[in-house]
Order: sequence, then C-alpha cells, then structure tokens
Amino acid sequence: MKSFSRLMAIMRKEVRQMRRDRLTFAMIFGIPLMQLLLFGYAINTDVRNLATAIADEADTHLSREFVARLNATQVTNIKHRVSTVKELERMMQAGEISIGVAIPRDFDRRVIDDTRAAVHLLVDGSDPTIAGIADQLRNMPLAFDTSAESRKQRLIEVRPYYNPERRTPMNVIPGLIGVILMMTMMLFTAVAVVRERERGNLELLINTPVTPAELMIGKVMPYIAIGLVQLAVILVAGGVLFDVPVRGSIIDLYLAACLFIAANLALGLYFSTAVKTQFQAMQLTFFLMLPSILLSGFVFPFDGMPVVAQWLGEALPITHFIRLTRGIMLREADLGDMPVALIYLGSFAVIATTAAALRFSKRLD
Amino acid sequence: MNSELAIRARGLSKQFGNLRAVDRLDLDVPKAAIYGFLGPNGSGKSTTIRMLCGLLTPTEGSANVLGIEIPGKATLLKPRIGYMTQKFSLFGDMTVRENLQFIAEIYSYPQRERATRIDEVLEKYDLVEQRQQFAGTMSGGQKQRLALACAVLHKPELLLLDEPTSAVDPQSRRDFWANLFRLAEAGTTILVSTHYMDEAERCHRLAILDHGVKVADGSPQHLQANTGMHVVEVLADDPYHAQTSLIDVPAVASVTQLGVRLRVLIPEAVDDPLHLVNLNLRKHNVFAESRIVPASLEDVFVAVTMKPEQIAA
Repeated sequence: MKSFSRLMAIMRKEVRQMRRDRLTFAMIFGIPLMQLLLFGYAINTDVRNLATAIADEADTHLSREFVARLNATQVTNIKHRVSTVKELERMMQAGEISIGVAIPRDFDRRVIDDTRAAVHLLVDGSDPTIAGIADQLRNMPLAFDTSAESRKQRLIEVRPYYNPERRTPMNVIPGLIGVILMMTMMLFTAVAVVRERERGNLELLINTPVTPAELMIGKVMPYIAIGLVQLAVILVAGGVLFDVPVRGSIIDLYLAACLFIAANLALGLYFSTAVKTQFQAMQLTFFLMLPSILLSGFVFPFDGMPVVAQWLGEALPITHFIRLTRGIMLREADLGDMPVALIYLGSFAVIATTAAALRFSKRLD
Repeated sequence: MNSELAIRARGLSKQFGNLRAVDRLDLDVPKAAIYGFLGPNGSGKSTTIRMLCGLLTPTEGSANVLGIEIPGKATLLKPRIGYMTQKFSLFGDMTVRENLQFIAEIYSYPQRERATRIDEVLEKYDLVEQRQQFAGTMSGGQKQRLALACAVLHKPELLLLDEPTSAVDPQSRRDFWANLFRLAEAGTTILVSTHYMDEAERCHRLAILDHGVKVADGSPQHLQANTGMHVVEVLADDPYHAQTSLIDVPAVASVTQLGVRLRVLIPEAVDDPLHLVNLNLRKHNVFAESRIVPASLEDVFVAVTMKPEQIAA
C-alpha cells in the first residue's frame, strides 16, 4: 500500500503541474482537435475545382458544348478565358492555373476526324495527382462524339508539362525545402531565446548596453546562414539522388528562401517572447507544423481543399513559399511571375519582427 | 544633486499586483562606498536593485543614479554600471575566457586593450588556471569570481550586486569581500544586498529592509549604538528553560538563543534591565549568569524588524 500511495503522489503532482502549464494543457485539447479537423475536412484526395483557363480558338456551337460538359464535371473551375495557347502556358508557369484547355480553330472538323485529337489539355504535371485527374477527364462522355468507342486517336489529348514522367519527388522536394526550413528556423530561434531566459543569461544581457534590436538580429543572423546551407544540402541531394532539377534561376530561389527564412525566424522570435520554457516553444512549433504540412499544398493539391482550409493555407507563409519553389524549380518561373507570394512573405516577416521587438523589452516587468 | 552621491532615491515604490514589494524608499549612497542592503528574502532588496538599474519601472518615486534619471534614461546608465545577478547568469557552455571576451565585446571595451584587460582580471580574480574551463563545470566560488570579473571588466563606476555570496562557502565569501574592498578603494561605488550579518558588518553604510520598508539606515557602528535597546547576554546551563522564563515578561522585547547563550533585548526605557532579567530567572529557578553587552548587528536587525506590539514597555 505504501507503494500505491507513493504512486498516487507522483501522479497527483504530474497532473497538478500539467494543469498549471496552461499552454501544455491547451495543447492536450488543441492538438487532437486540430488533427481531426485537418484530416477530416482538409485532406481530400477527391480533388475538384482545379484552376483552369480556356483558350477556345474555334468558338463554335460544338466547342461551347464541350466547355459546358467540362464545367459540369466540377473537376475544373474555369477562371479565365484567353485567346492563345501561349497565354495558357504563361499562366501555368506563373502558377495561376493547373489545367489549360486548348481548343484549336478546326475543332469541329477534328471531332469528325477520328485520327486526330480535338482538344489539348495542358496539365501542370509537377503535381502527379493533378496529372492523374486530367487523365480521368479523357473518359468524360461527350454526346456529340458519336464515334467515341472506335476512335483511333482519343478526342482529348493530355499534355503534362514540367514533369512528364510523373515522378513524385519532383513535386515533393520543392515543398520539402519549405517544411525543413520552417521546422528548423522556427524551432531554433524560439528555443535559442527561451533557453537564455531559462538559464538566466537574459537578465545579464539586458543589463548590458546591448539594444533589443542588436540582440534579436544578432541571434537570428547565424540561423539565416544555417537555413541557406540547409537549402544547398536539399538541392544537391535532390538533384543527385532524385534528379530534381532547378530549372529557373538559382538566385531567385535563394532570394525566395531568404524571405521565407526571415518570416519564420520572425515568427520564432515572436513565439519566444510568448512562451516560458523550451518545451512550450517546441509544442507551439509542432502545433504550427501540422497545418503547414497539410494545408500548404505540400501533400495535397491546394485547389482541391475546401474554401476554409484554403483561407487558412493562404495565411501560412509556407504555402506561398512552396508556390515559389515549385514555380522556380519546376516551371522555370521567375520571381516576377509570382509577386503575391513575395509580397506576402515580405510583409509577414516585417510584421512578425515588429511584433516580436515590441513584446521584447529590456525590462523585466 | 550632491556630486558626492552615486545614488539618490526618493519615495521609490514598486507594486506587484497586491504586493507592495518596495514602499517609499529613500536612499543616499555616497560615492566609493560599500553600501549594504540587509534584509530577509522577500524584503525588496532585489526589486530595489532592479529598479536602480532600469530593469523594473518604479510604480512611484524617482531615482538618480550616477547623475542619470531612472528609469527614463537607463540606456545611458548601462555602460557605466556592473550588475551581478543572484543566479549565475553567464554562459555555461562557454569557457571562462570566452565569457570574458564576450562581455568585453558587448561593452565595446577598446579592442587593443581587450586582451590585456582580460588577462588582468583573470589574474586578479584568480581564474588563470580555469581560463579554458567551461563556466558551467566550475565550483560555486569560481563561478562567483567569474561573475564578478565580468561585472567589473568594463571598469564600471557603480557595481550592483544582488546577493552575490548566497551560493558560496565562507572562504570564498572572505575572498570576495577582499575584492570588494579593493574595488571601493579604487573609487568604485558598490551596492550589495545580503542576508548575512557578518557581511553587513563590513559595509560602510547599511540599510535594513523589512517587507519593502527601510527600517534602519546608517553605518553599522551607528546602528549598533542606536538600537534603543539594552542587550543582556544570558549564559545558562539550560538555555531553553531560561528562554521560556523570560519570553513572557512584558518588558522583554525579544529573546534569541545562540547556542548556550541568550540575547535578551529590553527597551532603553527600562531602568535596570540586568535586575529585571535576573529577577525573572530566579523566579523560575534557572541558574544563569547575565551581563550587559554592546549590541551586535543581529541585535539591531531583530530590534528594527520587530513588530510594534512586541515592544510593550
């Protein structure tokens, strides 16, 4: 019985301490709830509403009927109508659309000629899921195509861009850069500051002539360098082991990475002013990691997620960064093609740094 | 402001929620003096020191430290003061030399003289052998010497030491105080908080704090001469019995046992304290010798921190 009462004493102590650590207590409920919501709602391999643009050069009764049929599948979400295939390619490169539908001038004649394809689906193949969905579109029944069964050449031809072999690493590795940078940057900075507070170093430091800005920037700069080294490691390993190319400018890629690193460091600094222990810093990082992996387009096509999940995803810096890395590495885009992502990352870094600096004062009260 | 004062505070107060940690404190610390804060834990010593170096904002009152208004212009003050925290706050995963180097850089100590200055303090604070040792692996006394070395490295005019000796052995404490005297002789003003009587006795001037209020202020000698109490020392075979026979006597303010001796405090208004003590001892059949002795600092401390109702006479 003595053993039992000692056991109970330990248990009571644990529960008591846990209850007083408010953040941990919140996480006990927060983490399962968030996972449930994310996995239940956001994760949806039944992808619909892929951003689509149409270049209908024929503009006939038949071609319009085809577009109406395509729209009825709900797989595509026709966002733009343009006049040339060139424009479709440009939009795809900038990441504005996942599917481009090119209907040639002689569409009607091609429908009858069963040796020629009548429609070209330009597909952003950097995500193999999207390429697979485009394949299914080929089987879409069309009333006017009376010879569908016997056609020598199918009516719809799919042209996968950027990743014709449909290799998954092509899609995963640019996203993985974001996940790895985010994890290390955020955690390193948050822990670096909190550790000094826990050990009492901070009380010494704030009593020296060091200014808060010097302290923060000085702490963060070495980690930026670490982030850039990490990027190099992933790029080299990705190239050597998985044959993942960097088709765009490597300088653009590094510039984008600098912005992203800055945004995450700033967030890490902000966390460090909010939490009291290293353990809490890790919990908070973990809490943010889940949505960052699931809602950023890293695992699932962004267009396929429910609207609310997309809003959340848009708020995460990593979503914008993954768009940039995929664009630069796979679609040979340059930074100018994706201004929104750049502006978002930049603003995020500035706002988070300001918030962190305001919260961190050189006083103890 | 009087240029002979390093610190002048008036009505300094700090409120933490419901707790009045420091209550209307007036303070005059002369230059090149060792000024002690004596008080139990929670008496407001640390809070006062933290307000004086700008770490905490006073709820009320003002202070002038080295001619600088606090807390307004604390940034100007930082380069001119050295601060030693209660808890060891240097970097345990850096060597002694690296820590000193870091502090020298943070305080922008002239680059050319840095190495010489670091060697100098290593020598002075007896850390030459430990210079390559990680600070985290050192003994309490060594850590404390390093902390002091770091606090004085940039030659501050004012040193604020928050219970610097609470974690070290008596020998280290003696050495530490020898260092403080050397610094004061060279012109450094030192404000040091402590709860050791023997340390308080070494200060040039002393403020006794109790529950955030300054209850006494002056040189140790002055305080000892002006307790307002007679001190009767009682040497008894059975000190416990002796104590119980005296404790309830209305005119006795306090009885403290020190081994086989008792120190009995009796207000100065009582005419013949020795007679009073002997009378009561005899009444309880306690065999003891008593004599009037000069007040020690501990007697002063007991006398000034006593609640008013204890002094009945």
